[in-house]
Amino acid sequence: MASVSDAELKKMTQDERAKALGMTTEQLTGKSLYVEFDPDAEERFTYPWAPDVDFNKRTEFDCDGKTTTEVNSQIRELMREGYGTIVLKNPRGMHSLGVGILSRLNLIIEGSTGYFTVGLIDGPNVRITGRVGWSCGENMMSGTIMIEKNAGSTFGAAIRGGDLVCRGSVGSRTGIDQKGGTIIVGGDTGALSGFMMQRGRMVVCGNAGKNLGDSMYDGTIFVGGEIKSLGVDAVEAELTDLDKKWLTRKLTQYGLMPDKGVDHFTKVVAGKQLWNYDNLEPSEKKLIL
Amino acid sequence: MAGTQYRGSEITDVDQFLKDADGLASEREKEIGQHIGYRYDVNLVPDYDRITPFLEKYIETMGWDDLNWLEDVHMGYEEGMPAVFDRNNNGWVRVPDTIDLPDNQQDRDMIARELLIKFQMSDRHPLVNLRKAYMKF
Repeated sequence: MASVSDAELKKMTQDERAKALGMTTEQLTGKSLYVEFDPDAEERFTYPWAPDVDFNKRTEFDCDGKTTTEVNSQIRELMREGYGTIVLKNPRGMHSLGVGILSRLNLIIEGSTGYFTVGLIDGPNVRITGRVGWSCGENMMSGTIMIEKNAGSTFGAAIRGGDLVCRGSVGSRTGIDQKGGTIIVGGDTGALSGFMMQRGRMVVCGNAGKNLGDSMYDGTIFVGGEIKSLGVDAVEAELTDLDKKWLTRKLTQYGLMPDKGVDHFTKVVAGKQLWNYDNLEPSEKKLIL
Repeated sequence: MAGTQYRGSEITDVDQFLKDADGLASEREKEIGQHIGYRYDVNLVPDYDRITPFLEKYIETMGWDDLNWLEDVHMGYEEGMPAVFDRNNNGWVRVPDTIDLPDNQQDRDMIARELLIKFQMSDRHPLVNLRKAYMKF
């Protein structure tokens, strides 16, 4: 890799930066990519570029009268100053609040928020005292989100990791295209929840709407209440002791453990009757440590 | 969606894909030349009694109460070599052959989680250059 400082890179155009970093464009062929990397040499727990924040350094600011861009920029500026606990006041249903935070942080939002709240995050712990709109936590990678009241539809769409928790009820298509992580709903969830789920786990302490787990490829859904109907290729499976242990730990952790325990939960998985791979996928590139 | 039944092979041994690099057990897998689906049980949840000291420190640093997104990370196998899937560059990262594999999947999964963290947080991760080049965040 060419030796270029970050300061120099920032002065360049995007094309110039790519060239300076030795990057080229080429037709994807699926060939192996060899990367030299010593796993014993690394002792880092956060991304190299992430701001070093202190959870004990706390601040708060008022969102009233500000645009989403201004609020999200302010969060990043405060993180650069080392603030590890940030409280947002008066969000007033603002959309896309806290989107794209990619390192550790305690973010507390006092009030209710709109569409796409804290989507695309990777690391922070978020607590929202009110309600959230559609697509809360969409594409979340890691961290925790805790919503004290209800959430809209497509809750945790395409989530890839982390814990996304709603104490209340959520709308339809919860966890659509879920690829990992955990979604926990204290109340009920709407129709088509777990649609095209691929990995991860969903826990619904209340009732689930119709077509639960429709066309799920893999992953697991646990439901404590009634299931209106199962979707195509979703089937009930045996609740194992390890499942119960995991459920108990997760629900206790978030204060959602039902009085009657977890033995009554129904486990839903993919029936795998519709699994079909008729065409070869392009070879996956491989990284060699 | 086409297809009428699950046509992948069942995983019966922790070393199944080390002993048999192709691991193509079912007729359908042999026909298309690749294994169907992930090479582990996606429903297997982590046994926290087997957590490594590195992962304990990682959880504490991040301010989480558990393994969080790493719960879904398992050790898989590619061409007879142990490997862990890196979601950020959509590729398999092979585990060095200098690392001895324990004889159970839970311990192997913990090693996979630890290696994945070390790799994703390193300066050598492929996305480090991408970030610098495109400056999206």
